[in-house]
Amino acid sequence: MTSLPQSTQKKLGLAIDLDTCVGCHACVISCKEWNTSNYGSPLSDMDAYGAEPSGTFLNRIHTYEAKTLERAAQVVHFPKSCLHCEDAPCVTVCPTGASYKRSEDGIVLVNEDDCMGCGLCAWACPYGAREMDVAEGVMKKCTLCVDRIYNENIPEEDRVPSCVRTCPAGARHFGDFADPDSNVSILSAERGGFALMAEQGTNPVNRYLPPRPKADISGSGQIGVPATALGEETGGAKGFLSWLDKALEKI
Amino acid sequence: MHPAPSVIIFTALSGLGFGLMAWLGFGLPAVSGWSAFTFFFVAYALAVGGLVASTFHLGNPKRAIKAFSQWRSSWLSREGVLAIVSLLVIAVYAIGVIFLNQRWQIAGWAGALLSLGTVFTTSMIYAQMKTVPRWNTPLTPVLFFLYALAGGALLAGQTGAAIMLLIVLCSVQVLAWVLGENSFARAGHTIETATGLGNLGRVRLLESPHSGPNYLLKEMVYIVGRKHAHKLRVIAIFLMGLVPVAILTLLPTNHYMAAIAVLSHMAGLFVSRWLFFAQAEHVVGLYYDKR
Ligand code: SF4
Ligand code: SF4
Ligand code: SF4
Repeated sequence: MTSLPQSTQKKLGLAIDLDTCVGCHACVISCKEWNTSNYGSPLSDMDAYGAEPSGTFLNRIHTYEAKTLERAAQVVHFPKSCLHCEDAPCVTVCPTGASYKRSEDGIVLVNEDDCMGCGLCAWACPYGAREMDVAEGVMKKCTLCVDRIYNENIPEEDRVPSCVRTCPAGARHFGDFADPDSNVSILSAERGGFALMAEQGTNPVNRYLPPRPKADISGSGQIGVPATALGEETGGAKGFLSWLDKALEKI
Repeated sequence: MHPAPSVIIFTALSGLGFGLMAWLGFGLPAVSGWSAFTFFFVAYALAVGGLVASTFHLGNPKRAIKAFSQWRSSWLSREGVLAIVSLLVIAVYAIGVIFLNQRWQIAGWAGALLSLGTVFTTSMIYAQMKTVPRWNTPLTPVLFFLYALAGGALLAGQTGAAIMLLIVLCSVQVLAWVLGENSFARAGHTIETATGLGNLGRVRLLESPHSGPNYLLKEMVYIVGRKHAHKLRVIAIFLMGLVPVAILTLLPTNHYMAAIAVLSHMAGLFVSRWLFFAQAEHVVGLYYDKR
């Protein structure tokens, strides 16, 4: 079971847009809500109202700042959940057969009835996409909402991962990367979607769409520079503003 | 990585136990009767004790039996299978020498090789982890072999071999520490490759995804006590190598001295194994701007 499939018919995954993510954490909450009440055991919280709360989450949002010497810093909100890697090291290390990758759609899952909670798969994942549930003693990870995407008991528009459905900015896209004409393949191709830490050789399915370049506002006198940034200087004013400036000087 | 006592005890004791078993299986020393019983008892106590300790860190120990199923792909599963097979094969040999005054050398040799195979599979659980560059090197299995053989020789009373192996062990351990210092940088992982944002400039974490601790930080971004690493290395080499070698070469051989040499070696082994985990940096730390 924990040998990887040679290939998968579909490569279901997410294209995550780092340009549009606003860092609201709505997908974190909706992921937790959906997955604590559906597939597998609940996602427990420890010491939830105490001094050191912690809990199990399948999706987390980091926030980074990127800065060059010349330009203003750029802030990037960075959602991170399982990338459903094609060469998933978390699967092959699993001694019990609990971890597996589905040959039909490439989703990486944990069969909780087989998991002994050794944690080795979390060690093997470079991305921190697996978290042990302390209450249940089993490994938790993103299921790509396998219990939504094929679920005929819910309205069709809901048959996408909970995080995708929730995102108010439309920063998470779900689709089949094996199909070059799918929404996610096209998006990724157009926007230069990239894999995280490719040098680890995990071959992730999920792709990240890079932030679009921002206008360079480091020079003065540019559109979009806030008034306060111009300071006391009024020399550049023309027409009515120039008249007003002079009138006010005289008072 | 979090230096959990259960994994330190597991790798240290089972390594010693299987190391001793290998020497006994090779017929060194060629003991029989009660004396053989004592040697095999110690070997089994260490090996089985270590294996039992390893189940303490499981979230669901009752499912540990399933861990024997995935030997085709998983080093941890192979380790479990080989450990049990080694214990059974050596048991056949042990019964012969203890009770029947028979030396079934085939079983002895097979058991010895299987024991060393077990040590190798244990080492590969760690050496296979690309996510932990300090472990991801052929030196990891070499070191685990040397720890097992040197400690086993000490326990088996093979003075000459123990002295040589302890010296080699300490040298290779120092080499591994030195090479380990740059292993993370050599592997080429940075916060820029982790996030893919390097083309925007230098990346740093502006805000953590969670305000409290989580499993990832506790398990894989353990940094407590690393500042003492240098002193602990000196202590480890002193206790596991210098003291036993000095005792074996300079002092008269008797059981008390041998016991002190063994205890000193074990103390050093535990210190070194603590460092093996505590100093190992996992790439996931990059997402937290920590190592
Ligand atoms: S992101 Fe981690 S948990 Fe998910 S498939 Fe890849 S290695 Fe496994
Ligand atoms: S924690 Fe569970 S899923 Fe992960 S490697 Fe261990 S048994 Fe397999
Ligand atoms: S796909 Fe489902 S399980 Fe995965 S991060 Fe999104 S909501 Fe969570």
